[in-house]
Amino acid sequence: MPTTTDAPTIKETPLKRAAGPSRAPDLARFRDLSLVPVLLVLGVIGFIVSPAFLTNDNLIGVAQQSTELSLLVLAQALILISGRMDLSLESTIGVAPVIAVWMVLPADAGRFSGLGLLPGSFSVPLCLLVGALIGALNAFLILKLRLNGFIVTLGMLTMLRGLQIAISEGQSIVDLPSSFTYLGQASWLDVPASIWISVLLFTLGGAALAWLKHGRALYAIGGNPEAARTAGIRVDRVVCVVLILAGVLAALAGILYTGHYGSVSANQGSGWIFQVFAATVIGGVSLNGGKGTLFGALTGVLTLQLVVNIMTLGGVPPLWNQFLNGVIIIVALIISRFASGQKQE
Amino acid sequence: MVNTATPPVTTTPVAQATGISKRFGATVALRDAHITVMPGEAHALVGRNGAGKSTLVSILTGLQKPDAGSLAFQGEPAPAHGDINAWRSRVACVYQHSTILPELTVAENLFLHRQSPSALRPIRWKDLRRQARDLLAEYGVELDPDARARDLTVEQRQFVEIARALSFGAQFIILDEPTAKLDARGIDRLFGKLRDLQQHHVAFLFISHHLQEVYDLCSSVTVFRDARHIVTAPVAELDRDALVEAMTGEATQTSDVWSEFSSATAGRPLLSLDGLTLPGVYDDVSLTVRSGEVVGVAGSAGSGSVQLGETLAGLHRASGGATVAGRQIRTGDVPTALAAGVALVPEDRHLQGLVPGRSVTENATLSVGDQLGPFGTVLPSRSRRFAERMIKDLDIKTPDERTPVSALSGGNQQKVVIARALATDPHVLVAIRPTNGVDVKSKEFLLGRIRRIAEEDKAALIVSDELDDLRACDRVVVMFQGRITAEFDRGWSDEQLVAAIEGMAGTHERKGSDADHD
Repeated sequence: MPTTTDAPTIKETPLKRAAGPSRAPDLARFRDLSLVPVLLVLGVIGFIVSPAFLTNDNLIGVAQQSTELSLLVLAQALILISGRMDLSLESTIGVAPVIAVWMVLPADAGRFSGLGLLPGSFSVPLCLLVGALIGALNAFLILKLRLNGFIVTLGMLTMLRGLQIAISEGQSIVDLPSSFTYLGQASWLDVPASIWISVLLFTLGGAALAWLKHGRALYAIGGNPEAARTAGIRVDRVVCVVLILAGVLAALAGILYTGHYGSVSANQGSGWIFQVFAATVIGGVSLNGGKGTLFGALTGVLTLQLVVNIMTLGGVPPLWNQFLNGVIIIVALIISRFASGQKQE
Repeated sequence: MVNTATPPVTTTPVAQATGISKRFGATVALRDAHITVMPGEAHALVGRNGAGKSTLVSILTGLQKPDAGSLAFQGEPAPAHGDINAWRSRVACVYQHSTILPELTVAENLFLHRQSPSALRPIRWKDLRRQARDLLAEYGVELDPDARARDLTVEQRQFVEIARALSFGAQFIILDEPTAKLDARGIDRLFGKLRDLQQHHVAFLFISHHLQEVYDLCSSVTVFRDARHIVTAPVAELDRDALVEAMTGEATQTSDVWSEFSSATAGRPLLSLDGLTLPGVYDDVSLTVRSGEVVGVAGSAGSGSVQLGETLAGLHRASGGATVAGRQIRTGDVPTALAAGVALVPEDRHLQGLVPGRSVTENATLSVGDQLGPFGTVLPSRSRRFAERMIKDLDIKTPDERTPVSALSGGNQQKVVIARALATDPHVLVAIRPTNGVDVKSKEFLLGRIRRIAEEDKAALIVSDELDDLRACDRVVVMFQGRITAEFDRGWSDEQLVAAIEGMAGTHERKGSDADHD
């Protein structure tokens, strides 16, 4: 029964005792940094494996490839911290661009005929709007109708993927408005715009979680929603905003991805949700809510992406990639479990 | 009332622990402790939070191994550590937290993991139900073995736990705060059942923070303080003051600590309720609380008093009028209530009070997000200063303000919940069982802190069925079956109030002066 008591007689070793409890919060603080040493070790391994690893081109390439995944991870981390989960993000990244492009492309254009309702410059806002609507629909089903969030978003994942295939007729869409591909292709100060955007959004999100009362509210909601409600936090409203925001972030990831590769492929984002969850949890965000930081989640993404990059440079046969990816997820999970000393329940 | 039905005295104690010591790291949890329980005896174990009671229980039940000392049951040395069945046949235990699985039937709960004699033998449900019926009948519990455990009342579940614990053949049962979740009537029925069991020579070790229950049920009492045994005596020889002194180590007079807080002249009305109604829960409640007043709302579990308190804090939407500091408030919305100046200490700190994984700072400042920085920002330095002030103000024992609240003891967790409510500097503090699970010394401190709100020309409403809480109030209104049925000014006797809480008082017994709801 290690409770505090003020009797001097039982404090035999006051120094040790004082050191004991104060170590716990410190460890909890370092939990978010538990993957940083892993990243450093990966850097060294990469350097040994291939001279091409530590070049500007390669590192920027890795960073750019991480951007789309990292935006989904950002979205998922916010949702997980508030104690929910959203599987449908991986379909939003594909369906939002398809719907936006479908509405702006003229009816008689090339291989893919759209509706031509709006001029092409509306495609980006339209895409973000679609993402917001998907988030709002999730929020309605989960918060208003009180359906199980896991199954609702699993249904949405399937439904939206089907919607994308139906609209795009199962084909990639290549003739895209130039405004739509701009963000994925542009470089600002010699660094791809998508990297700037991701860094900016992670910084904003991290700052909001640390220094805004609505950001702090996410931790309270994820930790104990009833206590949060009793304390005067509008739980449903905050969660609703988070779900909508997540939809918008996934749609933005869709825009970056589409611009990067110059087309909307039919299976864009398919199967990503596993990577998203893996990166988020490796980075120290709890699946039970109320715990974790965006910085931790970001280190999770970078770890996964660096490993893939190093394997490619090291000439690992691509057929082994999927197997090794799974191995990495589990190994990284074990490392972060023991580096932080906390059970992942 | 001291139990008079003492069974024939045998000389072998049913359980005896001597020289028990136990440390956890640098913390000494028990030092050379001893306890002896005789057959058929109702033995109370009392002490403040952290005195070593729970550690002793886990040693007596074989969950923990003592570092030193010996343990004997019925004169024989304790079984080997880890031999669960041997332990269970000697000592039974009902823990604070229910171990009943709500989705299973009573029969299956009773015979959990021994539904069939061997692993490969399929379960014969008919036999199981018959066995369950026999077992329940043996202890005089009238329950359908086929009922789902979640449909039972709290006390029925407790009876199932007791029957299950005793069905392993033990003649000694440890009850760890069994009354914490029961209302007065449930406690009566539990005590009746326990006295029946005593006739069957079952001995009890009864742990409770309610000293009155110790006097009602037990024949002897052992006090622990600071990890050691202080005294064991028949309850008849240890009066309330002596008992509290043994627990706290300092002389106190508990008779009327609150008399010094003479109810100052009540000022302007801060809270007025006019015909507030929550269908099916409470009906037409009218009440005025003035500045400088602490008003108690007494009532048993079904009286609607808790829901009335929660309504004021915005957790339920009720019809009728509620005015705080002259402003009509809309019920059913917590932020509105907070803005109007109502703060709540919720009934159950685990369920509604705390975010266990987060720090003391975050929990204490949960309701005051807008005071910690401009434009909705939360500045860490300002939150820390805020929390440090709270820790000092309420004497919260915590390594530092970043410690997760789950690492604090129960009493200190409750203080964090109260800190959170006080942080908003409310006009009206609604405190529901504010001293739940808090030891006798902290209890006084917390009630004193709530009283100080009244001195600052604010008001407090204490919703509770604990007489100790209500004694701190200037006046007490009693709710029964959703209505205010009586009102007492300071100076009520325990019997009067308990009778009113139990619904044995008509409105004609009201002694209040400003009851304005006729």
